[in-house]
Amino acid sequence: MTLLHFEILSAALFCLGLYGVLARRSAVLILMAIELMLNAVNINLVAFAAYGSPEPSTGMVIAIFVITIAAAEVALALGIILRLFRERSSINVDEIDLMRG
Amino acid sequence: MTLPAFYIIATVVVMAAAGVVITRNIVYAALFLLVALGGVAGTFVLLFAEFLALVQVLIYGGAIIIVILFAIMLTRQREFHLTTEHRQWPLAAVASVGLFVLLAAAYLSDADTFNTNIRSGISVEELGTALFTTWAVPFEIASLVLLIALIGAIVISRTGDRDEA
Repeated sequence: MTLLHFEILSAALFCLGLYGVLARRSAVLILMAIELMLNAVNINLVAFAAYGSPEPSTGMVIAIFVITIAAAEVALALGIILRLFRERSSINVDEIDLMRG
Repeated sequence: MTLPAFYIIATVVVMAAAGVVITRNIVYAALFLLVALGGVAGTFVLLFAEFLALVQVLIYGGAIIIVILFAIMLTRQREFHLTTEHRQWPLAAVASVGLFVLLAAAYLSDADTFNTNIRSGISVEELGTALFTTWAVPFEIASLVLLIALIGAIVISRTGDRDEA
């Protein structure tokens, strides 16, 4: 079990999340795909902290910050999604084209 | 001995993540996401980051999944069948597979660098010391960010009676 294993796992998770963000139409599903991408980044950070870093606490602390920001982001995204649903009774991101020129 | 454990956890994580982005039922997607995030907590344990595994289970499993399920429940969609793929999904598939091939090729072309052996993790005590000495200011900013997100979520999502008030 080397660093390479974790790198490949993290890349796979990130790419699945990217597919979800690009291909899904529901705002909630896009939010879930973003969570997958953030988790891929966290695996990367913790793996580098555990294997190679001269200062192993740095990667872990930044991973904690990523989790914190993810929590804040989910709370805000829920607020925006609820507001959208009330105003347009849909959370299909294709229909949210208020800023189309 | 840890290598089979890694392969099992990696398989679970990748399968569950694929379930999140492929399934047509949005509630199943949330439950798949829970499995994937639990698997990520497993990889943290393999990386000797027990505290982060605990935080992962608490924050993601306990809070974020609940919030996402709330979002699903409160935006009860008539269009369940419409929440599937966008019509440009083949393009998205090409982009994500392409990125994966690129990343994997980059890692494998320099495999010797990544072939290091694991060192032991750090204790919770060391992590806490780093968090409250070296990272004290970012830590305080993070708590401020959480407070602002809390207030912002309330302001954004409350009903629009501001004009009369």
